[in-house]
Amino acid sequence: MSESMNKAMTVSRRGFLVTTSTLGAGLALGMTTRPTVASASAYDEVNAWVHIASDETVTIRIARSEMGQGTLTGLAQLVAEELDCDWNKVTYEFPTPGQNVARERVWGDFSTGGSRGLRGSHQYVREGGAAAKLMLVQAAADAWNVPAAECTAAESIISHASSGRTTTYGKVAEAAASVPVPTQVTLRDPADWRVAGKPLKRLDTADKLTGKLIYGADISLPNMLCASIMDCPVMGGKLVSFDESAIRKMPGVKGAVAVVTSQGTNGVAVVADTWWQAHSALKQLPIEWDRGPNANFDDAAVTALLEDGLVADDAYVGNWGGDVEAAFGASATQVEATYKVPSQNHAPMEPMNATAVFTKDRCEVWCPTQNGEAALAAASEASGLPLTQCEVYKTILGGGFGRRGAGDYVHQVVEIAKVFPGTPIKLQWSREEDQKHGFFHPTTMAKMRGSLDAEGNLTGLHMRISGQSILAGLMPHALVEGADYLQFQGVIKEGLNPSMDDHSICYDIPNVLVDHAMRNPPIRPGFWRGVNVNQNTIYLECFLEEMAHAAGRDALEFRLALMKNHPKSAAVLKAAAEQGGWGSNDGKARGLAFLHSFGSYVAACAEVSVDDDGKLSMDRIVAATDCGTAVNPQQIEAQVQGSFVYGLSGALYSESTLANGEFQEDNFHTYPSMKIAAMPKVEVIIMPSGGFFGGVGEPTIGVAAPAVLNAIFAATGKRIRQLPLKDQSLRA
Amino acid sequence: MKTLNVNGQPVKVDAQDSTPLLWVLREHLGLTGTKYGCGIAQCGSCTVHLDGVAVRSCVMPLAAVSVTTKVTTIEGLSADGSHPVQQAWAELDVPQCGYCQPGMIMAVSGMLNASPDADDAQIDSQITNICRCGTFQRVREGVHLAKEVAKKSKGETA
Repeated sequence: MSESMNKAMTVSRRGFLVTTSTLGAGLALGMTTRPTVASASAYDEVNAWVHIASDETVTIRIARSEMGQGTLTGLAQLVAEELDCDWNKVTYEFPTPGQNVARERVWGDFSTGGSRGLRGSHQYVREGGAAAKLMLVQAAADAWNVPAAECTAAESIISHASSGRTTTYGKVAEAAASVPVPTQVTLRDPADWRVAGKPLKRLDTADKLTGKLIYGADISLPNMLCASIMDCPVMGGKLVSFDESAIRKMPGVKGAVAVVTSQGTNGVAVVADTWWQAHSALKQLPIEWDRGPNANFDDAAVTALLEDGLVADDAYVGNWGGDVEAAFGASATQVEATYKVPSQNHAPMEPMNATAVFTKDRCEVWCPTQNGEAALAAASEASGLPLTQCEVYKTILGGGFGRRGAGDYVHQVVEIAKVFPGTPIKLQWSREEDQKHGFFHPTTMAKMRGSLDAEGNLTGLHMRISGQSILAGLMPHALVEGADYLQFQGVIKEGLNPSMDDHSICYDIPNVLVDHAMRNPPIRPGFWRGVNVNQNTIYLECFLEEMAHAAGRDALEFRLALMKNHPKSAAVLKAAAEQGGWGSNDGKARGLAFLHSFGSYVAACAEVSVDDDGKLSMDRIVAATDCGTAVNPQQIEAQVQGSFVYGLSGALYSESTLANGEFQEDNFHTYPSMKIAAMPKVEVIIMPSGGFFGGVGEPTIGVAAPAVLNAIFAATGKRIRQLPLKDQSLRA
Repeated sequence: MKTLNVNGQPVKVDAQDSTPLLWVLREHLGLTGTKYGCGIAQCGSCTVHLDGVAVRSCVMPLAAVSVTTKVTTIEGLSADGSHPVQQAWAELDVPQCGYCQPGMIMAVSGMLNASPDADDAQIDSQITNICRCGTFQRVREGVHLAKEVAKKSKGETA
């Protein structure tokens, strides 16, 4: 392996580590060089986070990726809050991963997932803003020959009260760059925030309304050619041959290229003047596949594998206390139920794509990615060039949801570009390719057992999860003695794995066992918005209502009795229940769900109706979030509302099924997504209790499905334990 | 070589008759605001107006678009982003990732062309675009706000 490859691999591993949606997050942040407030006069900027032009435009550097979640605006608010600049003059730019590597990761972690955009970087971006302000003020003070302590700054204007002098950030920005970097900064108490904490409008909306925003799919470079790709339809299969002569004379076609990458791609791409020409030719290209060892794998085999794990002895423990078997033995009532959640694709609206130019000494990539540094490592590895000769230019993403943390499409486009040195190649996946070659939401089952004493108290709970581990599939080095603690998101014992405390269970159950029998089908797993809270919360929150029902107790009161030591949890649950009309005698069917994950406490109360034909109407959702500190309340509202659409799309419709090793749902006609008519009205309660920064992009997705499933039970008396709901009768 | 009328301008296009209008717009005319999402008229990201009516351009072959048909894309909906739907969208910060929004805006503005008072039932039946970010609640509010904006500007010009 060459030195450059070694370097690439090193960064690749680090990239992977920081990609680890949650498990690696704490470790990675601790391990990596903390972003500093250092300035270097070699760069045209006040410091790494802030550039101010002579026309007063304030450009804030955003390291994380923007995929709709609003992190760009929230991060800018945090910097601007400390900078005390004029918000109306603020714009943004994305520093490149290559610049970050060259500057010793001055911007820290680029990876964007696990609801970490703000909660993982609020401290150092605020410090960056505060340091820049001190430098600007110092520059003005130096020019006036007065002590900086006598100067104040607000709205981009610096004043010296006793002399009545004022100047602006734009006028002193150049001088500020040479001011010694402050060694200490004081951050404003969130209680005193003026820019952060406010429901400001997004910075990136205008160009999204006019078609001007250039997504990865819209990149156009001089002399660019376009490519459409087809990977072997079965994971683990191989390209045997293709007959290029059959398409060579088709309009615009430049050629067909075998694409084999270290990420498992083994397929063929057609390159043409336009993508439509390339894609049309690809559909005509005779291709022979060796469908490989998984050619006969189907959904029945997946189910058999998972069912085996429900009763197997090999299980990792994520939560324990007391003695569940003794509790079951001594119980008055026992309840048992088995749940199942299928594989699901992310299906962002913008299918995967990337554009690359390769020459013998340079490789440049334009792409929508949730992990710019991993994309850079992918470019380096695929091109064989050192990181310093590669660069990645990030675009705003047309949706990510976890799918774009992977660099598979970067590897592919660079492999194709290597065949056409000097010519830009835009690789655009078809929707069908996107559906068949995802990193799928892991499929799992759970066998739930619970016991009640004679008074209807929950005395014991055993949650046996069986199924697919994301970490085993994507980053086995993150397993701990074989265990995937991320699997226990939302149900893990506090303190078992420090990086998982943001996802700990908030019910005190006297006798409890949560364990996981790892069963990995030949399906590529991935981080899917919410990750493992999606299924775990269905299992736990639906089963708790089953237990409450068996006990003849109110499902809210039943939960609150287990939450006596968890006031934040109880507060959100009560808030959602109260506003949602829980307990009112109006004949409406309601369901509850609660979750602690990504550092936040969330709850939902769903109200549904089911007609005589079993048609579901989701009439209303009330969702409460305690994210500790709310940086932009109107964007939190948007995230919470959107999370219900994504989560309930999953619960109602989404299933990626295997037949002969190939995923069957290849477009939105067979993989439906929620439309406006089906969306329930979502009322959002934001109740930050202060003192911490919790995530908001993902937590509420966890409560979406269980709240609705519980409400369906309230409406019909029928308990749905398998997703998706489509094709199931909701009436007995 | 075929002539089209796009955003009020005659344009010449050298593409095969079977090429979908979506790809003519994106790859021959550089109008990339119109998006590819599914290619089978399921998601609506490719929605444009033909003579003011919203259609899904990914399944509309070039051959089916006549020289007299007025094609309007998101780039031509207004000169400066001031169409009532765009104003409403800006006011409510509707987009999240934004990729589906040109199609959403064209679908909504097409609906309002025919039904300036579209109610919730019409929204439910006519706005069938997919948005994976889940912006629907603000889309609905946006439709109602756009109706008000349109009425107000009509009142001002009347």
